[in-house]
Amino acid sequence: MKNNLNCGALLASLSEYVDGILGDALCKEIESHIADCDDCRVVVDTLKKTIYLYHETSEKTAIPIDVRERLFHRLDLDDFVRDRSQL
Amino acid sequence: MSKENEQEFSLQLLRSGDRAEIARLVDAYSTKIYRLALKMLANPQDAEDVLQNTFLKAIQALPKFEARSSLSTWLYRIAVNESLMLIRRRKPEIDISLKKDDDESELELTHFSDWCCLPESELISAEAQEHLDEAVQKLSEKLRVVFILRDIEKLSIAETSEALEISEAAVKLRLLRARLKLREILSKYYVERLDSEKKDEKQS
Repeated sequence: MKNNLNCGALLASLSEYVDGILGDALCKEIESHIADCDDCRVVVDTLKKTIYLYHETSEKTAIPIDVRERLFHRLDLDDFVRDRSQL
Repeated sequence: MSKENEQEFSLQLLRSGDRAEIARLVDAYSTKIYRLALKMLANPQDAEDVLQNTFLKAIQALPKFEARSSLSTWLYRIAVNESLMLIRRRKPEIDISLKKDDDESELELTHFSDWCCLPESELISAEAQEHLDEAVQKLSEKLRVVFILRDIEKLSIAETSEALEISEAAVKLRLLRARLKLREILSKYYVERLDSEKKDEKQS
């Protein structure tokens, strides 16, 4: 019986692992694997960081005021454009 | 997130073409749709075209909207289709079918240097932000759209699957591939930053 995951087997479950939606048994297997395998630990840590960076920075993109105004104009909603201009 | 938004809208008013309700819908989703298009196309003018066309089409189709999917995933689906259409029109010379199929290529890991210790200011500097955006552009359209919906727009796996009309298994596989590829691209960049920091330390 195989007790330890190899690095390749870890790969398939990695996304669900970092999202915290992987089942307990597989989670434990991954954790015991990365405790001993430095390369995989780095992969898990930098993958988490990669996703975190996109989460953090995506909030910064908001629709510019002029783009919103042109959108409302194009949709023939000019009379509503003022309502939420603070958005 | 999307469910909360949705309870706020009266489908009856939207279907009957109530302009105030439509304006509220546009305001609730315009940033999301604009951001999706901007990340898909990396061009503000194109993103604006997608934004306008998405809402024009949605407003036209609202009277017949049957709520088989949520309003939110329905809007995202229209925006994704508009973005893909623009990409195809922009690069007609690239035959998409000739591109390597991302679902089938072998998954492998490279880059085992740890750059997590870089300070936050370095990780999300203006320059780093550009690299984050460029990295997304290096994904194939298939992977890019899944990544944007899931990790930028923060849709669930189920919502992403509904918006793209592909199975949840396909969403998971493409998401994994997209994330691994981005990790690889970012590793190259951040490891360089790490090395130059170390050099600076030695000099001082």
